[in-house]
Amino acid sequence: MSITSQRKNELEQVCLQFRKDVITALHRIQTGHPGGSLSVCEILTAVYFEKANISPKNMSEPTRDKVVLCKGHAAPMLYRVLAEKGFFPVEEMKNLRQINSMLQGHPCSKDTPGVEVSTGPLGAGYPVALGMALSDRLNNMDAYTYAILGDGEINEGVVWETCENAAKYKADHLISILDWNKVQLDGTTDAIMPMGDVGRKFEAFGYHTISCDGHDVSALCDAIDQAKSHKGQPSIILANTIKGKGVSFMEGQNAWHGKPIDDASYAKAMKELGGES
Amino acid sequence: MSKAIRDVYGECLKKYGAENSNIVVLDADVSSSTKSSVFGQAYPERFFNCGIAEYAMVGIAAGMARNGKIPFVNTFAVFLTTLGSLGARAYMSYSGLNIKMMGGYSGLSDAYDGATHHSLEDIAVMRALPNITVMVASDEIITEWMVKTAVEVNQPMYIRLSRDAVPVCHPANYNFEIGKGAEVHAGTDVTIIACGLMVSEAVEAAAILAGKGISARIVDMFCIKPIDRGIVRKAAEETGAIVTAEEHNIIGGLGSAVSEVLAQEGIGVPVEMIGMKDCHGESGAYSDLLKKYGLDVDAIASAAERAVSRK
Repeated sequence: MSITSQRKNELEQVCLQFRKDVITALHRIQTGHPGGSLSVCEILTAVYFEKANISPKNMSEPTRDKVVLCKGHAAPMLYRVLAEKGFFPVEEMKNLRQINSMLQGHPCSKDTPGVEVSTGPLGAGYPVALGMALSDRLNNMDAYTYAILGDGEINEGVVWETCENAAKYKADHLISILDWNKVQLDGTTDAIMPMGDVGRKFEAFGYHTISCDGHDVSALCDAIDQAKSHKGQPSIILANTIKGKGVSFMEGQNAWHGKPIDDASYAKAMKELGGES
Repeated sequence: MSKAIRDVYGECLKKYGAENSNIVVLDADVSSSTKSSVFGQAYPERFFNCGIAEYAMVGIAAGMARNGKIPFVNTFAVFLTTLGSLGARAYMSYSGLNIKMMGGYSGLSDAYDGATHHSLEDIAVMRALPNITVMVASDEIITEWMVKTAVEVNQPMYIRLSRDAVPVCHPANYNFEIGKGAEVHAGTDVTIIACGLMVSEAVEAAAILAGKGISARIVDMFCIKPIDRGIVRKAAEETGAIVTAEEHNIIGGLGSAVSEVLAQEGIGVPVEMIGMKDCHGESGAYSDLLKKYGLDVDAIASAAERAVSRK
């Protein structure tokens, strides 16, 4: 069932706040990845606040849904979302990437409450998500595992090894979402590693594909519902996104993949996002 | 007649798989070689043949371990510890997930397939990763104990298995422990600290040495990490000379681990290292390779004589 327009508006406001908080945190620490954090904002919001059955209360319950942020460099947005879910106080964001912090540069399942799987080496998290989906099925659980991939990440061979296995084992409770922002660290995906027709590629590997606007929480929720209703095959949602979404001068710019945010850029970004700098 | 390590391993997987439904087994299209197929035939719903996709296989195992399963991950040791090493680092070492990496056909045991299939650096790779227990099977008795221990002890492990039959060198009721070496032969003049196939080779070497009036102690250092510091110190203090013997490069494996202990303890005794001398192997009969590269009984006996002469 689609979310109401009122709920959509609420979540859009939540996303705006997340963007402001992440930009503020990254400006303060002068390290971290703004571009991919901004592009994955609505994807994480739709999954954590509407679709996945996960909370601090059920985190030790085997029946919970699981989320694996395969593109681990978008950790700042994941942390902001987890803080909002109540896994830790939002003030922890100040300690992101600092010594003795629970918030590592890339997600760490041992240090950070709510992080399901340690990720960072691109591609490595994807088979882990599949393993979780397959073992949930072995345990006769109806839980879903969400795997959120970057589009640079799908250069990695292990992603396709995982696809082979997901198709072979008909992993229909593995819901993959591609944060398809068309830009990777060194340049556009077409310039660095043209992947051709990504949708047809996944289809050739045995996937059911669904396309949607990756900055529309309502469309993302509908796509997840479609994925859940598709049986006997893994589904991937090709979420069309914009790297750096929400900050005009970061949008579509590979330079903002992992660049420290200077004071002038920070002031400009916050003005655009409607917040105090 | 002793049994092939891989056959014993396959039967053990099946045996413990019957007792514990959390055991899952993964292979990368070599299950008839590693003998994980024995488990697969008995429990097909808990057996995952991931195809020739070692990196993904280790990751899939990590997801299963995160959900409380006990995954045994199988392929040739050389591929497991190279193609699977990022998964080992991220999910066994860094995340501490309860994965059991089972390296088959280790050392030179996949002899005829040649250097590409020999595994001569796997101990070094796995030993350098924090939080992973590294063990080497020396006979069928200890192979069964290792499978049982891997099921019972909740920690990431790399276990190195051999392809072939190896003479039994441990009593059936021996009380093995993680982090403890096992003395398999008493001696006073020199200690041969060995692992894997080299343990039974050392036992034969000890007989030759006895004929020359040299009393050799033999320790099966089946657990390379954590290493038994006490048994190394005692060997150095009581016998005054050490030979290490492993089917592995002399860099980074058992010889290095033993030398680290001696250096840290400040014990200066002669150490001779039997192992691959920082080189690759080639195709050939297993026994021919062991002889050519100085990993046979005669080489061990000579090394022991050299060590004694250096005292």
